[in-house]
Formats: sequence, structure tokens, C-alpha cells
Amino acid sequence: MTVSGFAGKISRWRIQAAGFVTLCTVALLAPAPLLAETGEPEKWELKFGFIKLTDMAPLAVAYENGYFEDEGLYVRLEAQANWKVLYDRVASGELDGAHMLAPMPLGAATGITGSTAIIAPFTLSYNGAAITVSNAVWAEMKQHVPVGDDGKPVHPVGAAALQPVLESYKAAGKPFNLGMTFPVGTHNYHLRYWLAAGGIHPGFYAPQKGDNSGYTDAEAMLSVVPPPQMVPTMEAGTTVGYCVGEPWNQQAVSTGLGVPVVTSENLWTDGADKVFGITRDFAEKYPNTTVRTVKALIRAAHWLDENDNANRAEGVKIIARPAYVGANEQVIANSMTGTFEFEKGDKRPVPDFNKFFRGQYGIPYYSDAVWWLTQMRRWGHIDEYKPDDWYMEMAREAFRPDIYAAAARELIAEGTLGTGDFPDLDTATFIKPPQKGPLDGIVYDGNKPNAYIDSFEIGLKGEQKP
Amino acid sequence: MAVSLQLPGWIEPYARLFRGQQPGAQLAIITRQLGLPVLGLAVFLLLWQALAPQVQTTLGHLPGPAQVWSQAKGLHQEYRDDKDRELAFYQRQEERIARMLEKSPGAAVPPLRAYTGNPTFYTQIATSLKTVMSGFVVAAVVAIPLGIAIGLSGALYNAVNPLIQVFKPVSPLAWLPLVTLVVASVYDTPDPMVPKSFVTSLITVALCCIWPTVINTAVGVASVSPDLNNVSKVLRLNWFAHVRRIVLPAAVPMIFTGLRLSLGVAWMVLIAAEMLSQNPGLGKFIWDEFQNGNAQSLGRIVVAVITIGLIGYLLDQIMLLLQRLLSWDKKSVTR
Repeated sequence: MTVSGFAGKISRWRIQAAGFVTLCTVALLAPAPLLAETGEPEKWELKFGFIKLTDMAPLAVAYENGYFEDEGLYVRLEAQANWKVLYDRVASGELDGAHMLAPMPLGAATGITGSTAIIAPFTLSYNGAAITVSNAVWAEMKQHVPVGDDGKPVHPVGAAALQPVLESYKAAGKPFNLGMTFPVGTHNYHLRYWLAAGGIHPGFYAPQKGDNSGYTDAEAMLSVVPPPQMVPTMEAGTTVGYCVGEPWNQQAVSTGLGVPVVTSENLWTDGADKVFGITRDFAEKYPNTTVRTVKALIRAAHWLDENDNANRAEGVKIIARPAYVGANEQVIANSMTGTFEFEKGDKRPVPDFNKFFRGQYGIPYYSDAVWWLTQMRRWGHIDEYKPDDWYMEMAREAFRPDIYAAAARELIAEGTLGTGDFPDLDTATFIKPPQKGPLDGIVYDGNKPNAYIDSFEIGLKGEQKP
Repeated sequence: MAVSLQLPGWIEPYARLFRGQQPGAQLAIITRQLGLPVLGLAVFLLLWQALAPQVQTTLGHLPGPAQVWSQAKGLHQEYRDDKDRELAFYQRQEERIARMLEKSPGAAVPPLRAYTGNPTFYTQIATSLKTVMSGFVVAAVVAIPLGIAIGLSGALYNAVNPLIQVFKPVSPLAWLPLVTLVVASVYDTPDPMVPKSFVTSLITVALCCIWPTVINTAVGVASVSPDLNNVSKVLRLNWFAHVRRIVLPAAVPMIFTGLRLSLGVAWMVLIAAEMLSQNPGLGKFIWDEFQNGNAQSLGRIVVAVITIGLIGYLLDQIMLLLQRLLSWDKKSVTR
């Protein structure tokens, strides 16, 4: 760091210069990694894309609270028409980065979604999806769902209750169509997980045969519907249910068109749902800009979960603006402020429906990446057996907690956040300990993906090909 | 080619009334010209106000004129709020730069960064207009020479006509994926002057609105009166002079008819193309409002629809004015 480079710093850091210099000296003396100051951003004007889902909140908050500006970044946030358009625009460079589905960088690493390498240096949100079915389907399902002492259906509702409904549709010769948002995406894999856990086969993808429909052997047909069109499509009868993020499940309840039956933290708890994705080229060309962006996002995620979700109401107001998510404030608040409405009037406490920072810190865990890869293998997107270390290799290519750690250390060095706000970054492996699935009790160990894949009843196993 | 500026005919009755000539007759004319359209509009508004609440959708009932007007005011208010935010943004920037210079007076002054807020309704209208005019001009520049060539040469016409007839009905939404992919791979500069979405929209608009101009130009050129052609033969005009002095002036009315049709098509196509190409104009505004799905969305969409209609009408009137100025055949200029 040259003196003139240091002198040209944004003055905000200068305010804490005294404390920082001391910290720097101490760091220099210790054998620990150098607390190098991030230099000026190489690219100041950035354009980030997002889809109108409530978990784009950290991006909106980072803009509106001035966190991007504090880092010297002038960011434009632009809503995109659908996930495919968003992905293509990031890959082509029209967007510098975007709110992305967690499996998208993995799709890039494995070559399924394209050839441009995309990485995730930050997880925007954990949990945050739900499965909704139409009123007609719920009426039939309800008869098979056990009722608790309070007279309400016992949650989580498994897809076993859906099986009789499926049978009746089959008998009547009617197709059973469900909506999801993107083939290599969280909602698709969550829906398949839930269906399979209830004994319903959601179909395989067979890319090596050129079949990308996902209908091979399917009992229920899953197809792509953009998130804001989930409710109109279900209303029109084209689909009987869907899996999507918010506010599109609460929208179904408020318009009286459907009933959410299960939320994703009951399928896989606290796993990465949306990530902030950039191309690897961008990170290599503009390393300072990348670290600064992640710093702003960490601050935004921290603000959203601060003091036991105290700021959530204000966060809801921000994203209810038409330029961001735009849905009615009430509908957004239903899921972002600690509750979730299932049947109309049946509001249950779900404090972690959207998790931004608390407990998970926004870190892009390798084990989260491997979980998504196991689901990609189960359903045929990864069409052949791969050894365990291949999974971890792909995870390391796509998810970049090293960039996160650099950003976190910066924030600690500046004094914006404290060491207590983060886990111990020096010793972290970014692989979570084994986790038990809340719905089916199957244990997931990030170091043993093949054992996990083989422990499911429905889905490709071992050397099977779709 | 003489350029004559005629006052539009509708001013006459007012002028005569002002001069006191036949007031009764003039009032009758004015009632017919002005009164009837106003009456028609009033009846339409009343019907709309009465029938709209009868149609229920998942986002509430269809907005009536009063709701649409309040949404229009809301959009204007958003514009005013955005101006305030823009001011605050630049103030913050200047404060930041001032603080930086205070601490290190010798440092280079960083350039002022452009405001990063979302485009307001008026900005989106401006973007749409820019895109449509660019696409239209590109289409006109290609279509008019092509039309002239086809009109002059029967052989070329026979060769090209089937292609024109096949490409003419293709919808912009069908062209869009192809155009997007081609633009994405061909227009690959790291720091483009013009965003890719703009180029995609422009090309899609041009591809769709080129056909009316080509066809009308060809017809206009082919139907030049034989007398005029004889004049050209007698004077032994060379090819270029023949086109410039005989063909073009004769074909101007038909060329303008084609251009008017093309502009109408271009404006319609643009709105559709913007919905998917992400060009930040009126089409994207409508699509984003549809995605928002809140209580005001329907009203705002109707505001956009009316705006689109008014702008289309305006563009048509501008073309009409140009046609009146430049065309020798005043009779061919209709309403």
C-alpha cells in the first residue's frame, strides 16, 4: 500500500484511523494473516440484478441505508424478468452481479447451465421458500393430514397426504402439474425433495439423452413458471401447486387462491437459498470492488437480523416499494416479521422463515453447496456417479468463503462490526457438522455426499443413470 | 419541390367566427368538430366508471377513471420524490469528496458519479421514445432504398417478394430470443457505450417495422405515371437523376404512408420487446407492475396503457404533419 493510495482513501475510514493504525501495527507484529486494507474500488459504477422476491432484501437495504455508498460504490439495482434472463445477463457481463439461486454457481461449475464460471462470495438468505397448493388440492389433502390437539393440521405436512390426491387425478386422467422457478434452482429441488419424501416420483432429467424436461418416470410434472406468475398460473388451472419464495405464497393466501403447506426450513434447515453471484472474471479483475460489495452486503444482512429482527418492519417498508418487490406491505410482512400464514387465519410463528445473518452470517458454506449438488445428482442434472471429493471440488470452485472472510476481517478492522459478530474465521472449515433432515430424519454429512444420495428411496443412487 | 405550410383546416371556423362571418354556420361546424368528440369521450368515461367495478380480478376490481387519475398523480409524486433523492445523492457525494479533499488536499478529485436511482415514469417514457425513434430510423434507412430498388426492377421484386411475405407476419416476441443471443455474442465490448438491451430492442423494432415501408415504397415507385417515365426517357436522364427527379417526388406520398404505418407498428412492437429485453422503458414498467401485483398495480398499468396510446397518437400526428409539409399530393393525406 503506497502512502498516496492510503491518502486517497474514503474519509469514513479516516475517522477511525487512530484505532485502525494500532490494529494494523498489532497485526503486522503477529504471525496471523495481514489485515490488509482493501484498495480503491476498480469499478465504481455497478449494476446488480434481482428477481422480485423478499430475499433480495439485503441488496435493497445495502442501497437504501447507504452501505454501498460508504464503500465508494454507486450501484443500480434492476429487477429482471425471470431467472433465465438474469443468469444470461450476468454471464454476458451486462449485469455485474445478481441475486441468484444457490445452485446457479454450481450449475456453472459443473457446466450444466453454461460455460461462464460464476462464483458466490456471499449467501443472501437461508430458508425462505414454501410449497403452496390450490384450494381444491388442499381440501382433498386435508383429510389425510393428522390434526393436533388444537384442532389444526400438524406441521410439517408431508407429501404422503398428497398421494391420494395424485391417485385421484391419475384415475381421472388429469395431469398433475406443479410450478417451480428454474430447473437448476432451489425451488425445483425443494419441491422434488418434498414429493419424494412422501413417496411421489417427481421425474428425472436426462441431459445426456437430450431430455431436459425432467419428466422421465414422473408421477407429477414440474415445469418452470416465473415467480410473480405462480398465483395467476395456479388460478388458471395450469398448475395445481408450486414451490417459490415469498411473497408469492402469502399472495395466494391473501387472494384466497391457495394454501401453503410446508416451508423450506422443514425440508432442509438453514441451508443457503439465495446467493450473491458474480462471474469469476469479475472477481479476478476487480478484487477490491468484490470485497467492498460483500462488506456492504454483510452489513445489510446484519441490520436485517439485528436485535432479534427489530429492523424487519423497516426492511419490509423498503422492499414494498414498486422498484423492489412491490407487493402489498401486509403480504410481505406476513413472512418477514416472524410469522407465516398457512390456511387463511392459521398464522403460525416461524421466526426463521427468512434468515439473513443470525446464526449463519451470510457465509457461503461448502457443505451447503455440496447439499445442492447431491440434489442435482438425485434428479439427473449430474447424470453419472462422481466420487465424494469431486463434490467438494465443485463446491470450492463455486462458493468462495475466502472472499467473505476478507470482507468480514475488513469490517472488524474498521470497527463497523466486532469479532463477536462473526464465528472464528481463522479456524473455520466452512463445512457444517452433520445435520438431521427435519422431515424424514435422514442425516446429511457434507463430507459424505454419496452416502447421503444413497440413503434416499426415490432418486438416482450409486452408478445409476437417468 | 415546393414546401407549403397550410394551416390545418379546423382553424377556419374559428377564424371566420372571429371575423363575424356566418356565425350560425360556424358554430354548427365547431359543435360537430369539437362537441361530438367531447361528447364521445364523456360517454366513454361514464361507461368506464360504471362498468369497471363489475370486473373482479385477484388484484382487486378493474380501475375506473378516478382511480387511474389518482395513480397518475401518484406517479408524478414519485417523480418529485425521486428528484429530492437525486439531490440528496449528489449532496452526499459532494460532502464525501469535500471531506476527502480536506484530509488530503493534494489528492485527485474523483469524477462525479451519476445518480443510481431507479428510472422514473418520465425517464422510462423518454427511453421508450429514444428506442422507437432509433429503431424506426434504422428501419427507414434500410427500407426506403430497398423499396426503391424493388419498385424499379420487376425481376428484383419477383425475387424478393416471397421473402418479404414470409418475414412480414413474424411477431417481435419470436425474433427476440434470436436477436438477444446474436447481440450478446456479437456486441461484446467490455464497456459498451450503448447497453445491450437497447440494441436488442432497436433491432427487434427495426425487423418488425421495416415491412410496411418497403412494400409501400415499392408500390409507390412502381406506380409512377408512364407520362413521367416518358419525360425521363425523352430527356435521357441517367439512372441517378431519374430516381432523384422523377421517381422519388412521385413516390413520396406512398413512402410517407409506409412510414406512418411503420411508426405505428414500431411503437406497438417496442412495448412488447421491452418486456423481455429489459430495456428500461414503458414495456418494462408494465411488466414490473404486473410482477408487483399490489393494490395499485392495475391502476398504474392502465396509466401506462393510456400513455402509450397518447404517445402513439402524437407520433402519428407528427408524421402526418411531416407528410403535409413534404408531400405534393395533399388529397392523399387523410385523417
